[in-house]
Amino acid sequence: MRILNNEQITNGIGRRLLTNKFTKVILFIATLFSLVVLAVLMYRIMNQGLPKLNLDFLTKFASRRPANAGISGALVGSIWLMIVVVPFSMVIGVGTAIYLEEYAKKNWFTSFIQVNIQNLAGVPSIVFGLLGLTIFVRAMDLDRSILAAGLTMSLLVMPVIVVSAQEALKAVPRQLGEASYGLGATKWQTIKNIILPAAIPGILTGSILAISRAIGETAPLIVVGALAFVNFYPSSIMDSFTVIPIQIYNWTTRPQIEFQEVAAAGIIVLLVFLIIMNSIAIIIRNKFNKRY
Amino acid sequence: MTITINREFKLEDLMLDNSKNKDVVYDTKNLNLWYGEDQALKNINLKIYENEVTAIIGPSGCGKSTYLKTLNRMNELIPSVKTSGEIVYRGRNIFDKSYKAEELRTQVGMVFQKPNPFPKSIYENIVYGPKIHGIKDKKILDEIVEKSLRGAALWDEVKDRLKENAYGLSGGQQQRLCIARCLAIEPDVILMDEPTSALDPISTLKIEELMQSLKKDFTIIIVTHNMQQAARISDRTAFFLSGEVIEYNSTDKIFSTPENKKTEDYISGRFG
Repeated sequence: MRILNNEQITNGIGRRLLTNKFTKVILFIATLFSLVVLAVLMYRIMNQGLPKLNLDFLTKFASRRPANAGISGALVGSIWLMIVVVPFSMVIGVGTAIYLEEYAKKNWFTSFIQVNIQNLAGVPSIVFGLLGLTIFVRAMDLDRSILAAGLTMSLLVMPVIVVSAQEALKAVPRQLGEASYGLGATKWQTIKNIILPAAIPGILTGSILAISRAIGETAPLIVVGALAFVNFYPSSIMDSFTVIPIQIYNWTTRPQIEFQEVAAAGIIVLLVFLIIMNSIAIIIRNKFNKRY
Repeated sequence: MTITINREFKLEDLMLDNSKNKDVVYDTKNLNLWYGEDQALKNINLKIYENEVTAIIGPSGCGKSTYLKTLNRMNELIPSVKTSGEIVYRGRNIFDKSYKAEELRTQVGMVFQKPNPFPKSIYENIVYGPKIHGIKDKKILDEIVEKSLRGAALWDEVKDRLKENAYGLSGGQQQRLCIARCLAIEPDVILMDEPTSALDPISTLKIEELMQSLKKDFTIIIVTHNMQQAARISDRTAFFLSGEVIEYNSTDKIFSTPENKKTEDYISGRFG
């Protein structure tokens, strides 16, 4: 005696396939939606900005006259900022991740820290700006410098780096570590030679995302005092500065219509800057990417 | 096949208990082990003899792997483990505060269930152990690589591609590479945790033959859930059940005239 009714099953197939198709269409539309928005955005920016984008724009400083306005001061400022943010956030972030994942005992205190780090990743960036203003600019007397801003930005992106680096370390197969310990290696030797190299692709992926956020971030830098008008190149990390997103923001608030075009050109520069940063990170990642 | 024939010839000598003239490598005294609240090993007393293959058999969850991992203190990697009792290795209790796990593990190598070479070249895999112990001389390292690979019967297969990634090797070759990696630190004892359970029969045979040649220079302790394997390769067998040693004797005794009913039931396949 069969329990299942074959006829019923056969009749149901058509409907199930229809549901399948319907779902596929819905999901495709969801994907299409973001693609269309991106395309419209790109079209508008390119349309407005490309005519302005030339060597002059890249080499000139900001100006009151839109025809003379350039992005060089902000571009160099952004590069300076990254010089502080990348090493600082990665060393401290990855270091924290290694400690929490490999060394720290699993108890209520470490899970408390863990939860707090995850919460920090969700704190609004302006709050980090106020923190930076209080600690780095005022208390440590770093003034409105690249260093103060860079440290603030590092704090902002660090939680994301810590969490993603922890995930990457966790994903390294346990057998690899065991093999190393089994040969008499110490914990640090095992981490340095086996676990970290295997985790680097994952760590970089998370760091790329985090640092990309720092490149486009505006709010905390306004608070710690990035300048809106810069007509010099910073010569050290103690100099004042501006960055591309602040420059763009500044241009978009101008009444002259020409400044909108200048802003669009600035956005293109920012996008290219992001793509270059990401490409470098992806190249490094692929170099280390070995299967295990 | 040759192994089985040899065994029959040697059966007579093996029947004699020759433990009295052999050095004890490991002397386990009243060992208890807990994972948190669960007791995994109960009052284990076991002597492991030099230049023998000692097999540990028993059903899943009987504590055989746990016992093996206690012998080189790998269990310490699990935070909730607690032990009591003693394991005396060459006259020294391995649980002594002054006995560093790293020191013990350079004397006691380990081969794992799944081949676990590092994602590095064959050469780098072998020299990893010597390098972490501070050997830098390229000449010495080269010598170690050849000696270890020969010892693991892998040299002829890989000598022309030492710089290639170890993941290009077959599963059986990878496992022999792991044995070679273990030989490179010139251990005294080799612990093997079901070393052939992930391998095909031909690779298994090669590793079994290898163990026979290795026992001249090393003491081997192997955990296996394959009773035929234990019977083929070991000199002495311990039968574990629910964290206790039920019977420990020469392999021939265990497999021909076991003293305990449970042992008999297990080896005749009535449970487990």
